[in-house]
Amino acid sequence: MPILSYLRALNRALFAEMELDPAVCVFGEDIGIAVSNVTTGLLKRFGPERVIDMPISEQAFTSFATGAAMSGARPVVEFQIPALLFLVFEQIANQAHKFSLMTGGQVKVPVTYLMPSSGSRVGWAGQHSDHPYSLFAHVGVKTVVPATPTDAYGLLLSAIRDDDPVIVFGPAGAVAHRENVDFDALAPVPLGVGRVHRPGTDVTVVAIGHLVHDALAVAEELAGTISVEVFDPRTLYPFDWAGLRASLERTGRLVVVDDSNRTCGFGGEVLATAAEEMRLVAAPKRVTRPDGAVLPFARELDLALQPTRGQLRAAVEAVAKDR
Amino acid sequence: MADSAELYRTVRLIRRFEQRAIEMVRAGVIPGGIHPYIGEEAIAAGVCAALRPDDLITSTHRGHGHVLAKGADPVRMLAELAGRQTGLNHGRGGSMHAADVSSGIYGANAIVGASAAIAAGAAWWHRRSGHDRVAVTFFGDGAVNQGVLLEALNLASLRRLPVLFVCENNQFATSMRVQDTTAGTITGRAEAFGIPALTIDGMDAETVLADAARAVDRARAGGGPTFLECLTYRFDAHHTWEYSVRPRYRTEEEVAAGRARDPVVIQAARVPAAVRAEIDDEIEELLDRARRFVDESPEPDPSGALDYLYADGLRGRTGTA
Repeated sequence: MPILSYLRALNRALFAEMELDPAVCVFGEDIGIAVSNVTTGLLKRFGPERVIDMPISEQAFTSFATGAAMSGARPVVEFQIPALLFLVFEQIANQAHKFSLMTGGQVKVPVTYLMPSSGSRVGWAGQHSDHPYSLFAHVGVKTVVPATPTDAYGLLLSAIRDDDPVIVFGPAGAVAHRENVDFDALAPVPLGVGRVHRPGTDVTVVAIGHLVHDALAVAEELAGTISVEVFDPRTLYPFDWAGLRASLERTGRLVVVDDSNRTCGFGGEVLATAAEEMRLVAAPKRVTRPDGAVLPFARELDLALQPTRGQLRAAVEAVAKDR
Repeated sequence: MADSAELYRTVRLIRRFEQRAIEMVRAGVIPGGIHPYIGEEAIAAGVCAALRPDDLITSTHRGHGHVLAKGADPVRMLAELAGRQTGLNHGRGGSMHAADVSSGIYGANAIVGASAAIAAGAAWWHRRSGHDRVAVTFFGDGAVNQGVLLEALNLASLRRLPVLFVCENNQFATSMRVQDTTAGTITGRAEAFGIPALTIDGMDAETVLADAARAVDRARAGGGPTFLECLTYRFDAHHTWEYSVRPRYRTEEEVAAGRARDPVVIQAARVPAAVRAEIDDEIEELLDRARRFVDESPEPDPSGALDYLYADGLRGRTGTA
């Protein structure tokens, strides 16, 4: 079977959807030459009226997409740097996201915000290494963090077809990932449906984005002693609570691994909901970035603040032992 | 092109609508208060008279005049201000977010300067779709120091978009005088982006209409954006909270001087008294009806507080389960 890389999957999804729907257009910086490798070939195929290089005016072009979407377009807005999402938080959280409710349902705003290479790329330092998906889930923007190329393809298709704003994070730690896939079998993946990558009976690990791959590696390491189920929510908002509930019915033990700062990070929401509503036979744990982390530049310092396989393994072992 | 009587009808409607709305704020019927447009009516009336029904506008926190002038139903507008289910936005938007998309009103916006880029994007898509619609974005002098507005000027000029930027310079950003907040000139900002800019008398609806019509024609013909700085004066409070807080940032003498030229009086002088009386009566009747409609309209059902949040009807969890 042919090999599909994560970035190529995003590219194929954009191609497919632009072929299918003339309302789909792409805005961003340097997308004509595709510096992120996500928009490769789009300008040549679809032309400068659908693939638009924007000036470095993220706030304006994010709201420009809102206005176009309210008028019938389905824009995809690409950002090269995750911290730019702080700059356009007003335009997404306070404008695009609120228009449907504030107008009493008179408009919809079908914009997709695409952030390939979110999180640390190691060595990109304080202002290029954030992973702010928790913020968007918190305000209620539909938030997607695919871990694999096939999910990246399928979730991006669903995001573009969705009538609400959707933000898609492609974690930097996942974009190097490749899969053997049958291209003809690539299909939309619905928002809000999680995926059990590896079934298990002792501990459920909820892993977000690239950390799914770390969780699978840890599950394999522990295979002889602890049976780990790896649950990938794929969409953080809306979250597949039924899927998590079913997993915890099997295991009763929970660890979350989440590349967010600890306070108000998404992992806290998973733990809280499980504690309130689901079957737990041991105190759950989470592995996250530290409170208030700003990633320092040096490689060892950058890596020191991100969840590691060692930390995850220790958390799984502790939760498994807890009686 | 609108005649003098039509322009009079619009400025008078806005004036009386605002006066009635203020009474309803004082009576507790309109929650949260309003930003009265009194004194600035000629701008909304003149600009919107230059537009077709299928043209678009975006508006501001001080948006009632724009929404009424563009053709929203005053009855449902008043119901929206009072937070009724029958309002334009089913009581979900209120004074600062009133919208009537079917009339080309993409909504009032409560963040200063935020809607210019939205108007630009809408104008771009409609032109791309083969329509010759024009988008007008209204904003105040306080918005000209907001980065996103300046970014929108650049985008609109760069792509020669059919957008009319209408700056309502009422001299104050809340309490701050324009000369204390704004370096250079307001029109200089537009000119720096290659956008033709005019400073005009925003107290005279016919002047506004004439200049807006030229700008709209130019935009519709593919000539790109125009920037109009309309000089005006806010007769009333920044927001009705001033009636209780009573901030002092301008003297009574100054306000009296500012009110000396009244856009409603200026336009009234161009209309025969008998015609005017008829229009006035019609407006009072309309607003009486609007008020009765508000009183007879149901308040929204609290169980629907998150209706319309998502286009697909998605429901998140409640706050307790």
